[in-house]
Amino acid sequence: MSRFLIKRLFSATLTLFAVSVLTFLMFFALPRDPVTGMCPKNCNPERLERVRDDLGLNDPLVSQYAGYMKGIVTGRDLGSAQGGRCDAPCLGWSYVSNEAVSDTIARVLPVTLSIVIPAAILWLLLGVGLGMVSALRRGTWLDRAAIGFSLTGASLQLYFVGAVLLLVFVYNLRLLPVPSYTSIFDDPVKWASGLVLAWVALAFLFSAIYARLSRAQMLETLSEDFVRTARAKGLAKPKVYGRHALRAAITPVVTIAGLDVGGALGGTVITETTFGIQGLGRTAVDAVRSGDLPTIMATVLIAAVFVVLANVLVDLLYAAIDPRVRLR
Amino acid sequence: MSLSPVEGVALAEIESGADTGEHAAKGVVGRSPGQLAWLRLRRDRTAMVSGGLLVFFLLLGLAAPLIEMVYGVGPREQFQNLLDGFGMPLGYAGGVTGEHWFGLEPNLGRDIFIRLIYGLRTSLFIAFAAALITATIGIVLGALAGYLGGWLDAVISWITDLTLAMPFLIIALALTPTITLRFYGERGQVSSAFGVGVLIAVFAIFGWTSTARLVRGQVIALREREFVEAARASGAGLGHIIFRQLLPNIWAPILVSFSLAVPQFITSEAALSFIGVGLSDETPSFGRMIYDSLDFLQTDPAYVFFPGIMIFALVFAFNLFGDALRDALDPKSSR
Repeated sequence: MSRFLIKRLFSATLTLFAVSVLTFLMFFALPRDPVTGMCPKNCNPERLERVRDDLGLNDPLVSQYAGYMKGIVTGRDLGSAQGGRCDAPCLGWSYVSNEAVSDTIARVLPVTLSIVIPAAILWLLLGVGLGMVSALRRGTWLDRAAIGFSLTGASLQLYFVGAVLLLVFVYNLRLLPVPSYTSIFDDPVKWASGLVLAWVALAFLFSAIYARLSRAQMLETLSEDFVRTARAKGLAKPKVYGRHALRAAITPVVTIAGLDVGGALGGTVITETTFGIQGLGRTAVDAVRSGDLPTIMATVLIAAVFVVLANVLVDLLYAAIDPRVRLR
Repeated sequence: MSLSPVEGVALAEIESGADTGEHAAKGVVGRSPGQLAWLRLRRDRTAMVSGGLLVFFLLLGLAAPLIEMVYGVGPREQFQNLLDGFGMPLGYAGGVTGEHWFGLEPNLGRDIFIRLIYGLRTSLFIAFAAALITATIGIVLGALAGYLGGWLDAVISWITDLTLAMPFLIIALALTPTITLRFYGERGQVSSAFGVGVLIAVFAIFGWTSTARLVRGQVIALREREFVEAARASGAGLGHIIFRQLLPNIWAPILVSFSLAVPQFITSEAALSFIGVGLSDETPSFGRMIYDSLDFLQTDPAYVFFPGIMIFALVFAFNLFGDALRDALDPKSSR
């Protein structure tokens, strides 16, 4: 197991390294002058040159990259125009918002977490539950309704569902406030009521996919010999379906769920844009629009970290459940 | 994927048909797996309805200039005289009339119906082009990785993982304007064909991984089989083995994945336009229209529904057809 773990962690580190190099090259080395986007409103040539110097853009690429990476690990000294000393996970300084990028990220990351985690719980419960029920009641109206639901949900667009939800619950029925983020520690009720539409929209679309997936898995598991054996031994239906079959059927679903959650944490761009909530995804979009390179770089890196971590976690989980994986 | 089970089912079907007596005289008819899949597809009502809907959408997209002529309104024409003082369309449901079937856009007063038709054209073109390119890249890389194995497999698989680790929306968002700037500079007038080309290129860079994974897995399952060994023993080259021996055996899952990739690209294109990259306002696009309509949710709710329902219908039809195609090509699968 430990050998598998080390191998997996090594390849994950390598992937992250490659992502960081690629992103760095893509945004810092491409011909567009990064400074024009970063410079505050009234830019004159001398000021541009100073910003360029501050950012170290006149240094060779390799040392720029090394500086950036060193900043993440140990912190680094940026010029006085960039807020001076920048502590350990230093992601640079944004001229657009005039603050350290790590501060921006620390502010918006909880927002994205508050959207994704409750939504993920909701979509897993709803999706897997629906899939299981429709597999066990195969061919009944319930099954057909679940299939219809998952087919419809899989073809709907998040922004359209979001717009309809907004229209109905916020603007017409006035049951909910306009979506916004409040910290859960300040006011849990306001936190929930401000984000519930985003949860529902995300959960609706994702649970459709999961219902379909877990239905197929459950049907396959139900036809396996061990289920028949358990039933033949006289075990009660709830026990066979709820314990034996469910566990076997749910493993692949968990894998995909891990990857989806990892991807969603990296920025629920569409959800945040639709509901006007300032999370990681929206921050990335704004950064791209205003040409705020250090922020773009940071959001891409964080998103990649989430995806890679989720990958590793899922692999480990899988290896723990299924010993055959470790041997490969 | 082996084809023998398919043939087995075919025999069973023919035998059960023979039992009814009427077919007994005809005896056993030999059919290729392709013919069998086609027969199964023809018998599937969902497949026929969704397929018909798809053909309808394709024709609408292809005939967009023709429709413009018959309809008499262009996608860039503005009808300010039909808006009220606040820029809202007069009349019901966003200004639906006999002349403007789906009403008008607030502020600019452009006709929504003809913009949707042109949006459909753009969307379908981008999706099909992207799906074709990604399928080609994915097939070649996946087959090479699966068949040759070794370090090439390791490298290609690692690149696949790497591509999957990059946040697609954010990268595409950042990459599209950068590429455009590279070619046009700060002030250049970007042609809409170039915008479409950039989108397809971005999709091609990120979209090939799933096909590559699929093909790689299938090829690994097949490469030790006797027919491949026989081909190798008789001195067949790499190209012959991959394209003549292996690929004909896995065209079914590739076709299914292609048919399910097209709606994904439609969705991605709309999503990119929704977050404001991709196509300029000149080129009509579903995502762009929905993004614009969000500002008018309270004042003109009809505006969001027309593009929203249109893209739903399109993606829904593709998904249904893709599923039916999978059922027809692989009768064992229980979805």
